[in-house]
Amino acid sequence: MNDMTPITTTLKDWETDQEVRWCPGCGDYAILKAVQRTLPQIGADPKNTVFVSGIGCSSRFPYYVESYGFHTIHGRAPAFATGIKLANPDLDVWLVTGDGDGMSIGGNHTMHVLRRNLDCQILLFNNEIYGLTKGQFSPTSRLGTPSPSSPLGSVDRPASPCAFALGSGARFVARGFDVSKKLPDVLVAAHKHKGAAFIEIFQNCIVYNKDRFDDFAKAKGVDSEQLWCEDGEPLLFDGGTKGLALCVETLTLKIVDVIDGDWKAAGVVVHNVKNRGLAHMLVDLRVSPAFADFPMALGVLYDDPRPTFEGAIAEEKARASQGKVADLGKLLAKGQTWTVEEKDASHGLME
Amino acid sequence: MATIIAERDTAKTDGTDSPEAVVVRFAGDSGDGMQLTGGQFTLSTALAGNDLATFPDFPAEIRAPQGTLFGVSAFQINFGSSEITTAGDAPDVLVAMNPAALKTNVQALKPGGLVIADTGEFTKRNLDKAKYETSPIDDGSLAKWDVLAFDISALTLESVKEFGLGNKEALRCKNMWTLGLALWMFDRDRAPLIDWLRTKFAKNPVLADANIAALNAGHAYGETAEISGPLRKLHVDPVAAEAGVYRTITGAEAVSLGLVAGAQLAGLPMFFGGYPITPASAILHHLVKMKEFGVTTFQAEDEIAAICAAIGASYAGSLGVTSSSGPGIALKGEAMGLAVMTELPLVIVNSQRGGPSTGLPTKTEQSDLYQAVYGRNGDASLPVVAARSPSDAFECAIEACRIATQFMTPVMLLTDGYIANAAEPWKVPDPANYAPFPVEFLEEANGPDGKPLPYKRDENGVRPWIKPGTAGLMHRIGGIEKGIDTGNIDYAPDVHQTQTDARKDKVDRVAKAVPAQEVSLGDETGKLAVVGWGSTYGPINQAVRRARRKGMAVSHIHVRHVWPLPANLGELLTGFDKVLVPEMNTGQFKTVLRDQFLVDAVPLNKTSGQPFAIAELEHAIGTFFDGIPGHDEGEVPVNDTQLPSPEA
Repeated sequence: MNDMTPITTTLKDWETDQEVRWCPGCGDYAILKAVQRTLPQIGADPKNTVFVSGIGCSSRFPYYVESYGFHTIHGRAPAFATGIKLANPDLDVWLVTGDGDGMSIGGNHTMHVLRRNLDCQILLFNNEIYGLTKGQFSPTSRLGTPSPSSPLGSVDRPASPCAFALGSGARFVARGFDVSKKLPDVLVAAHKHKGAAFIEIFQNCIVYNKDRFDDFAKAKGVDSEQLWCEDGEPLLFDGGTKGLALCVETLTLKIVDVIDGDWKAAGVVVHNVKNRGLAHMLVDLRVSPAFADFPMALGVLYDDPRPTFEGAIAEEKARASQGKVADLGKLLAKGQTWTVEEKDASHGLME
Repeated sequence: MATIIAERDTAKTDGTDSPEAVVVRFAGDSGDGMQLTGGQFTLSTALAGNDLATFPDFPAEIRAPQGTLFGVSAFQINFGSSEITTAGDAPDVLVAMNPAALKTNVQALKPGGLVIADTGEFTKRNLDKAKYETSPIDDGSLAKWDVLAFDISALTLESVKEFGLGNKEALRCKNMWTLGLALWMFDRDRAPLIDWLRTKFAKNPVLADANIAALNAGHAYGETAEISGPLRKLHVDPVAAEAGVYRTITGAEAVSLGLVAGAQLAGLPMFFGGYPITPASAILHHLVKMKEFGVTTFQAEDEIAAICAAIGASYAGSLGVTSSSGPGIALKGEAMGLAVMTELPLVIVNSQRGGPSTGLPTKTEQSDLYQAVYGRNGDASLPVVAARSPSDAFECAIEACRIATQFMTPVMLLTDGYIANAAEPWKVPDPANYAPFPVEFLEEANGPDGKPLPYKRDENGVRPWIKPGTAGLMHRIGGIEKGIDTGNIDYAPDVHQTQTDARKDKVDRVAKAVPAQEVSLGDETGKLAVVGWGSTYGPINQAVRRARRKGMAVSHIHVRHVWPLPANLGELLTGFDKVLVPEMNTGQFKTVLRDQFLVDAVPLNKTSGQPFAIAELEHAIGTFFDGIPGHDEGEVPVNDTQLPSPEA
C-alpha cells in the first residue's frame, strides 16, 4: 500500500486494449476481474501502480491491467519489484506469480522479499501445475499427480505456499480462490497492510489440472469446506454449525459442533490476525495430510505489520548522508593526497 | 600510468645508491599482514613522489594453516623516478617472513638481489612445513643472492616489551617493524604512517603505541645497526609528473568513483545491486560509503537478484548498476538479455578472475571476453568497455554510464583481479572537465491519440525512457518480442526480424559515438602492431617501448571499446604487416578481431593467473624481427620469475 491520495476510477479504467490470451474458462479471468474491481475500491492511481510478474500463465497479467507493467523473467519478479520500490517508494507495487514461478525457480526470491518485508502485494496463483509448458507437475502438485513428466504419478512431496511464507517471515498471509466473491476483500486487506502481503490464490487450470480444488473452491455448493477467517470473529464454518477449538492434549486445532450458535460453549477459538502461532496452525488445515478432514482456511490468516525494507533503506541512507555534502571534487580527492607543483618535481604532503 | 610527461625507459637497478626503479616484494603468512604492509609502503612511496605499480597476490583461503607453502601471501611493488607501468618482472628485494615465504618467492629474485629473512621463524617445525631439509640460511643454497637474516621476531618483542602485550599480540607488530626497516632503506618519511596507526587504533591507544614503537625500532635498526654489506640506504628520486593533486587509487575504488561520477553526469540517482564475490565485492564496500550522492546499495540474495533489482531500478528511473566476477556474471546472463530486450540502461561490472567455474578466485585472467561479447541467449548484443589500469577504470566507468543512458542499453565494464586490487598514483581529476550527459525522461505522450509509444525509436534507434509515476504514459514492457513502437506482445515473423535488426543496429551505432582508436605508442603504420585490451596495457607498453628503442617498427594499440569495436580500428590494422594479440586467455580478442576485420591476428596467450612479464612480451615481439620463418607466434610458458602460485 502507499500513501498517495485516492483516485476515482472504475473497473473499465483498468482494462487495457490487449486481447486476453488465457484459455477460455481459466481461473485467471476471474482473478483479473477481482483485481480490476479492487483497484477502484482502494483508490489506486494508474500512474503510480506497477504490476510486476515473472514467467508463466499468471505472469501475463500485467499486459491486461491499464497501469505500468513489467513482465520479467522466470521466478525473479520479487527482485525486480525490490529495485522498483527502492528506486521509487511512492509506487504501489503488485507482484503476480504462480506456483512454478514463485515456489520453484523463484522460491529463493520469494523467501527474501518476504523476510525483508518490501511493501508490495504478492499474488501467487496456485494451480498446482505448470500450465504454460503443457502440464508438468509443479512444486505444489499433490503426491501422485500424473503428468507428462510423471506418467506414473509425481513422487516428490508438495510445498505449502502459506507455510513457506510464514516460515520466511511474512507479516501478512492470506488465501482466496479465483471465483470467490470475497477475493476483492482479501486483496483490499493485503493492500492496506504496509509491508509484504502474501496471498495464495487457488486457481483452476481448466486444461491441465481441471477442477483440482472443486472440493472447496467452487462459487457454490462447497461452503461447508471453507473456513473464512475474520479478525475478532470465532472460527466457524458449515453455516456456523461447526467451529475450531484447541485440543489441549495435542496442541492442535480440532473440529467441534456448535449447538444453537453457542460457539463459546463449544470452546471455538476467536481469530486474531496477530497470533502467529494460530496462523501456523491454520495454514496446515486440509493441506497437511494430518488435517485432511478440515475445511480450507481462507481470508486473512495473519496480519501483523512491522517496518518495511524500503523504509529501513531510506532511513539508513538519510543517516549515512546526514551532514554530508555531495561534492564530487572532494570525494575524488579523499584520503591522503600530494601535490606536484608546476614545472617542479618537489612533493609536499597536503593533508 | 598515464599522467607522466616524460617518456623514459625504466633502467634496471644497477646497485647504485640512486636507482631509477626498484622492485620490492613482501612475503609472509596469510596472517602476517603482508597486504597491509604493502599497502602502507605503497602510500609512503606515493607520498615520496615516485611513480609506482603494485601487485597484491594472496591465496583464496582467508587464514590458511600457518607456515604452509599454500598459505603464503605476497605483495609486490615497483617504484621509480620514471614511468612505471607494471609491478615489475623480478624483485630486487625480497622480505621473507618465514621459510614458506622464502621458498615460494626466492626463485623470482634477481641474481644479486637482497633477501631479508626473519630467522626467528626459521624453526625446525616451520622448515618442515616449507619442506626444507636444512635451513637455507645456513646451507649455502642462497649463494647467488645477498642474504640479511636476523631475528625480527625477537627484535619486535623487545621493542614492544614495555606495552605488556601478550606474545601473540606482540608478534603481530612484526610487520610494522619490517616496514620501519623498509622505510629506512628507501629514505621514507614515517610521519604519515604514524598518523595512520593512530587513526587505525584510535580505540586502542596501547596497540597504536606498540605498533609505532615497532615501526620506529625497525627504522632505528637500519640506521644504527652496524651492518656492512647488503643493507644500505637507497634513494629513488621523485618522478617528473604533470602538476596537480595526486592520490593512490585501486581499480575497485576507481570503478566506484567513476560510477558515482557517471550517475551525477547523467543527473540520475544510482542503484547498485551486488552479491559478495571475490574480487568484485570491494566495489560494494566502497559504494555503501557514498550514499550522499544519491547512491542506493542493495546486497541481494544472489547474483540474479542483484541484477534483476538493478534492472527494476532502471525501469523506475535510476541508473541501475550491478557488479560481479565471472561465475556471477554467468548467473546474470538471462537478466542481461531482458535488459537488452526491454532496452533499459544498466551497467554491469565484471572484475574478471581465473576460470572456468570457481577457477582462481584471487588470481587474474581476461577469459570473460567471450562471455561479455557473446555470452547470452539470442541475438543479445551489448557494448563492452575494458579498463586498462586502476586509474583508467574511472574513465571507463563514466563511459559505461554514458553509453548505457544515451543508448538505452546494458553495458558491460570489464576489469580484472589485477586492476581491482592493484594501486597506482592518480592525478585527481576535476569533475568540471567532464561533459554532462543529462537524461531526459519522456513526460508527454509521443504517439497519436495521446498514447505513449515506449518503443518509438529516435534517429539513433534509441527508445524513450519512461518512468512509472508519469501521468498518462502507462505502458507494459517485458521479455517477449514486442510490437513496433507500442511494446505490446507481438512475435509475428516480420516484427521479430525488424526488432532484432533494430537492436543490433543500435548497438552497432555505439561504434560511431566513441572516440576513434588511437595508437598508444609508436607509428600508425609499421611491421607489427601489438593489440591489447584491459590490464595488459602496462607490460605491452613497456615491451613495445623497449623494442622500439632497439629499432623495431612496432606499435602498441590498446582497445578500450572492445564491443562494438571503434569504427577506424579495422583500417588502422591494415597499416601493419602483422598483428600480435597478447591476452591472459586462450585467444579470445584475437577471435573477435579476426571475425570483425578478417585480419590475421596472431595470439600470444598466458593463463597462469599472473600478469605478463615485460620480458615475455619483449621476447615475443623480437621473434617478428629475427628473420626466422614461422617464428612469429607463441604461447608464453609459465614463468617462475614471477610471483609463484602459492600451491607451487
